[in-house]
Amino acid sequence: MAMLKIKDLVYEAAGQRPSRILDGLSFTVESGEVHALLGANGTGKSTLAYLIMGCGGYRPSSGDIVFEGNALGSRPIHERARMGITMAWQEPVRFEGITVNDYLTFRNKDADTAELLALVGLNPSLYGHRMVDRALSGGERKRIELVSILVLRPKLAILDEPDSGIDMLSTQDIINVIGAFKRNGSAVLLITHREEIAMIADRSSQLCGGRIICSGDPAKVAEHYKARHCMICSDRECHYV
Amino acid sequence: MSELDELTACFGNAGGDVAALGDAEFAHLAASGHRILSSRTVEGLVVDARETRDGISAHVTVKAGVKLKNPVHMCFGVLHKEGTQRIEMDIRLEKGSSAHVIAHCIFPKAEKVRHIMDATVAIGEGAEMRYSETHFHGPLGGVEVVPKAVVAVGRGGRYFTDFTLTTGRVGKLDLDYTVEAAENAVTELVARVFGHGRDAIHIRDKVLLAGKNARGLIKSRVAIEDDATAEVTGITEGNAQGARGHVDCMEIVKDRAVARAIPIVQVNDPGAKVTHEAAIGSVDKRQMETLMAHGLLPEEAVDIIVKGMLR
Repeated sequence: MAMLKIKDLVYEAAGQRPSRILDGLSFTVESGEVHALLGANGTGKSTLAYLIMGCGGYRPSSGDIVFEGNALGSRPIHERARMGITMAWQEPVRFEGITVNDYLTFRNKDADTAELLALVGLNPSLYGHRMVDRALSGGERKRIELVSILVLRPKLAILDEPDSGIDMLSTQDIINVIGAFKRNGSAVLLITHREEIAMIADRSSQLCGGRIICSGDPAKVAEHYKARHCMICSDRECHYV
Repeated sequence: MSELDELTACFGNAGGDVAALGDAEFAHLAASGHRILSSRTVEGLVVDARETRDGISAHVTVKAGVKLKNPVHMCFGVLHKEGTQRIEMDIRLEKGSSAHVIAHCIFPKAEKVRHIMDATVAIGEGAEMRYSETHFHGPLGGVEVVPKAVVAVGRGGRYFTDFTLTTGRVGKLDLDYTVEAAENAVTELVARVFGHGRDAIHIRDKVLLAGKNARGLIKSRVAIEDDATAEVTGITEGNAQGARGHVDCMEIVKDRAVARAIPIVQVNDPGAKVTHEAAIGSVDKRQMETLMAHGLLPEEAVDIIVKGMLR
């Protein structure tokens, strides 16, 4: 049985055009797999992440999101988190007065934060006592967010564009983190618009026009994505991309 | 137990460094109500403190070029349920000197207590003063705290102040600081207050950037809940070439509490620049969602965010 099963998911945003962001989307994430979700900007990748996590204001218009056999329905975020789902936002928020070490150990006091910070290329002695505030660069904050959910050892980690804001030389750090999730037995839903990042996944799906239009081997999905080949748009260059 | 022992015990319970009060390397001044209970000075620091009808009057001078190695502890309080303590303070840091003054203001049983401070501070050329004032109030809210300070920071001088009232009930707070910064002077005024019940908080910080390249920051962090009210006014004037100022006010509001922020920025020289930002409202939704996605309950998330902001 799939760990996460999404069936016929529709999401319509009031006051937006087009209003239908997700249009009957179906796909699954298996336990322990890294599943990349590829799609161009504005195709609804982050919206899907918010719907799975249950972020405020995002509720499916129709369709089901089922995690380990339980419909998520209107469960609040913390309940979903305690079921084993967590998420790293594309642009993580800042916190005043909270040190990196505190931030990493709210839910796991015994976590070896030094080892984990080193994993993302941050020197623990330089970063552990810094605040998770505006003094951090976007890339630093992003790495800390990835570590903060790694320590939770979730069943499913949703990583929304983990590579954005990270310099090319540090992309390997992000790949290392994804590998660490996998070693911990966590499944990863890896949201990205870069096919080279999606290549590290076990499986990949392409999102376009509010649906999954192609799913399977990451190399083949990447080829499909690069060609902008879209079934919804009648085999021609995709209107949505 | 003597009054000094009681004040010292309260000071320790409130997180103060009790050992520093007994250490000859540390200067201190301790007063309960209008009685001076203990004082000590160190080389280069002159303290002339006297008891007055309803408080104390103190002249404090750090001699030119003297950089005090250890903080100067000031421990003030009213240990009874009722009373008034008026502190008149005149602090002078002579040219090139530096000092860190830590003031602890303790009102553990206050039901009807007034604590009034009138301070004048003069920071000499190239001198630096850090002034940290932390209040420890009891749970009854019967305190009226009225700290006023007028500070002149000389050329190249630095003045940093940090006012914290996050333990116990605030009662009524009416804080009023004015700082004038001369050429190349730097000043930073920070206030952190947590109000509950029917606490009433008024903060008015004013920075006059009078000299060329003077720098100023006013930062206020206020959280209020229940029926508390807060009004925070941050005023910065840029009056000289190269002056730079910023007013940063954040207030978190819960329950029926009411908050107001009034940033006033004025530039009287085209070469000056003053900016401001103010955020008032409930706890930030994205911060809440992030912590809840880590598995924290909503009330745990609020607690962490508020405590962090006031830290």
